[in-house]
Amino acid sequence: MDDNTHKLEIFRGLWKFKSNQHKIWGVLFFLSVVTIIEVALGIVKPEILMNTFLSTKLINWIFIILTLVKAYYIAWDFMHLRDEKSGLQASIVITLIFLIAYLVFILVVEGNYIYDVMYEGFVSWDF
Amino acid sequence: MSSTISSSLQEEDLWGGGNKPFKASYGKLMMWFFIVSDALTFSGFLVAYGFSRFKNIDSWPIADEVFTHFPFLHGVDAPMYYVALMTFILIFSSVTMVLAVDAGHHMDKKKVVFYMALTIVGGAIFVGSQAWEWNNFIRGEYGALETKGGQIYQFENLNSGKRVALKDFTISDPKLRSQHESKNGIWFTNESSLPSFTVEEVITGFKSNDDLIIKTEKIDEKGHKIRLSREESLVKIKQAKYVVEGANLIRNEYGNRLFADFFFFITGFHGFHVFSGVIINIIIFFNVLIGTYERRGHYEMVEKVGLYWHFVDLVWVFVFTFFYLV
Repeated sequence: MDDNTHKLEIFRGLWKFKSNQHKIWGVLFFLSVVTIIEVALGIVKPEILMNTFLSTKLINWIFIILTLVKAYYIAWDFMHLRDEKSGLQASIVITLIFLIAYLVFILVVEGNYIYDVMYEGFVSWDF
Repeated sequence: MSSTISSSLQEEDLWGGGNKPFKASYGKLMMWFFIVSDALTFSGFLVAYGFSRFKNIDSWPIADEVFTHFPFLHGVDAPMYYVALMTFILIFSSVTMVLAVDAGHHMDKKKVVFYMALTIVGGAIFVGSQAWEWNNFIRGEYGALETKGGQIYQFENLNSGKRVALKDFTISDPKLRSQHESKNGIWFTNESSLPSFTVEEVITGFKSNDDLIIKTEKIDEKGHKIRLSREESLVKIKQAKYVVEGANLIRNEYGNRLFADFFFFITGFHGFHVFSGVIINIIIFFNVLIGTYERRGHYEMVEKVGLYWHFVDLVWVFVFTFFYLV
């Protein structure tokens, strides 16, 4: 594979690179910034993000979204999915998204239900 | 056999594996197959963790209060800094891996060797860090009591609000029994090591220190652990049944029993992946050194282990979020 087979831009062309090596360092910089934001938020824990939104704290949603962003750049640039054919990209990503979303939905809802049963039941768990 | 990569597509190749609609070799596609199925294994683990967490949403341990250690900083409360450092180490070793793959595309053997070596070192540091983390987790720092119902009582100083270790207020009574070992009795019976104190000793110590209170495992609406008053603590401590120090697969001093189990299984399964990744990297590294891929004419093997290595990094990103941040 020659250098010209790589797509040398991220953020939909906002950030262009001269060579593949440059792109790798750029992506590392971006991933580091995201990780630093995550850790800073985890340590500071701003009061405004502690409010509950869709059954978990707002800050947790931010963590999950930032994680997915990081996963995208690791898969697309480090695992060079960006340079693969769209059919290969889709067969990997769509498979995972559907199966994992299904699994998460089923088990998280079920866990929540069991919590309710234990909480509202007539059995004491504190003894 | 050496060159299955055909440039011009013959008619007989079309159904004989010569046609490559994804423009990716057989080996690379199989690596992707493996990665997708392994990703599902990991998501099974993480979703099971989510299930148990939602099931015990009002009593799950808070990661910031569990993982507070940093090398060479004893007694300093450093939540998450160490895992953040581990994350950076792993991302960085991922970067050196991409650089090795890139150098392989340019058939630059020296650079491939250099970057592969850096990747192996990064992976080894990560596995070592995880071992250190496990060591701290298993040994524990403060100790706690467990009730008959499986709840964990930790101890805190009423005035300073700081955690207090069992050994700081409990006096051990030497006349009590020692661990039964197989050399002392029937050869096939022995028992696991006894905790440093008995429940009675801890309760006596607790009663004689007026500024100690119990920190329960329940969480209030703000997300903080609920502390009992001194009076409530004196009542509740009678429910204690076990002394818990550190963590094992049955009980742990941090809270819910499942917490330690998931810690061991998820980070352990991931650590096993990193370990096997390092081994595979070492094999490929020596293959590069003796010129196997130079003779083969392409460094695709480096690319394939690279995919695996990045996948391990990718999984860690999720473990980091769901185990340490959320």
